[in-house]
Amino acid sequence: MNALERVGDYTLLMWRSFSKPDSWKMFFKQLLRELEKQGLNSIPIVVIISVFIGAVICIQMRINTASPFLPSELTGYATRETMILEFSSAILCLILAGKVGSNIASEIGTMRITEQIDALEIMGVNSANYLILPKIIAFMAVIPCLVTFSICSGLLGGMGVAYMTDMITPKEFELGIQYTFLPFSVQYTIEKSIVFAFIVSSISSYYGYTVKGGAREVGKASTNAVVNSSVLVLLFDVMLTKLLLS
Amino acid sequence: MIEVKNVCKSFDSKQILFDVTTTLETGKTNLIIGQSGSGKTVLMKSIAGVHRIDSGEILYDGRNIDLLPEKERNHFRREIGMLFQGSALFDSMTVRDNVMFPLQMFSNMSNAEMEERVRFCLERVDLLRALDLYPSEISGGMQKRAAIARAIVLNPKYLFCDEPNSGLDPKTSLLIDRLIQEITHEYGITTIINTHDMNSVMEIGENIVFINKGCKEWQGNNTEIYDTGCEALENLVFASELYKKIKKAHMMGI
Repeated sequence: MNALERVGDYTLLMWRSFSKPDSWKMFFKQLLRELEKQGLNSIPIVVIISVFIGAVICIQMRINTASPFLPSELTGYATRETMILEFSSAILCLILAGKVGSNIASEIGTMRITEQIDALEIMGVNSANYLILPKIIAFMAVIPCLVTFSICSGLLGGMGVAYMTDMITPKEFELGIQYTFLPFSVQYTIEKSIVFAFIVSSISSYYGYTVKGGAREVGKASTNAVVNSSVLVLLFDVMLTKLLLS
Repeated sequence: MIEVKNVCKSFDSKQILFDVTTTLETGKTNLIIGQSGSGKTVLMKSIAGVHRIDSGEILYDGRNIDLLPEKERNHFRREIGMLFQGSALFDSMTVRDNVMFPLQMFSNMSNAEMEERVRFCLERVDLLRALDLYPSEISGGMQKRAAIARAIVLNPKYLFCDEPNSGLDPKTSLLIDRLIQEITHEYGITTIINTHDMNSVMEIGENIVFINKGCKEWQGNNTEIYDTGCEALENLVFASELYKKIKKAHMMGI
């Protein structure tokens, strides 16, 4: 299948997915399940990674900007900007492409090879709508919360460095993270992350839904889902940064 | 009654079904038999609407579903129940939720009514004790019975069973065969069973369609099958020494 056919296939699948659910009750039931699976269950990994990355950025910044000509608040400022502008949207979505994306692709792929999707179709259920739409909506709805958690955890990581080492004082770090703060930066990163969430969940669903074969193909689809959604996240990161910040 | 008229089906450039014409009767167990790779699963899935046919027509009690608008076609699908080879139960749901699923999707029943219907169907297949178990926690035979309960929960007019005995021991196979036959007679369903299990053919073959290399070669019932004059069918049905002896005894009137 060539790239153009894949794009066409993907568009048709999204067209089928974004239609009126056969049963709103079942849709909301699925949505809640996905919110729990993709949102609540992702919080620990998001917090752990963000705390450590925040701490590392803080240390790196302090080491590399240690100069009498630069204010010591720069460390807190640079940590905040890195966390808000790039890490908590793009890098976080790349990490979640591995966790959520592979989970979506393998779950739908397994349902495909075990004829569960055929069973839905036979019953007259729009399987794309029933399986894919709640996953996309849930991930897009939950990503702003995850991004917020990530930003806060990253800054707490940096603050932890300030408290536990003598590299920078907590007061200097606090002044740094408050310095010329633009609320638009948070809006920008959340807008970006919602687009990335759509990319990760829809691409992963597509690869899972179109699996043919057995367990080997499900594994392959899961890998393809992560690789392709990661590449698209990076591509859209460049495009959205240019669009939203220039 | 389902009428299959001149149905052809191919995948890419490989033709699987060649001009198949047959009739599947209401209130009877209709068996589609044939060797592996003969096209019987493709025929059954084409009749069930899983595959779109290339040419010909399939009439469900005179209705051609291909000519129905999308909305009516989806509505029509609720008249179909299907039992898949691997059961195809939703593994994230308990047996109760699996059987309740079609009701939750398509009926306006209250929770109490749905629960009552689920219990009735599970009792019918003798599986009430597995109500709160997940598919992975029950045996293959129990999974088949749960899938039958799910297939009949909406009172279907047409029941499709894809190799219902695969992977089951002979005793459980017989139980499943008899259960399907009883349900067929009880509710007057048009049941189509795709099988290459000769015990099923002899036990419940009220209308048998033999498919060979994508063509229909013979149609009859389990008493007529002893003397068909069709070499390919005889090679399939009476392949084992046991069945050869049974045939010989039958021909001698023993």
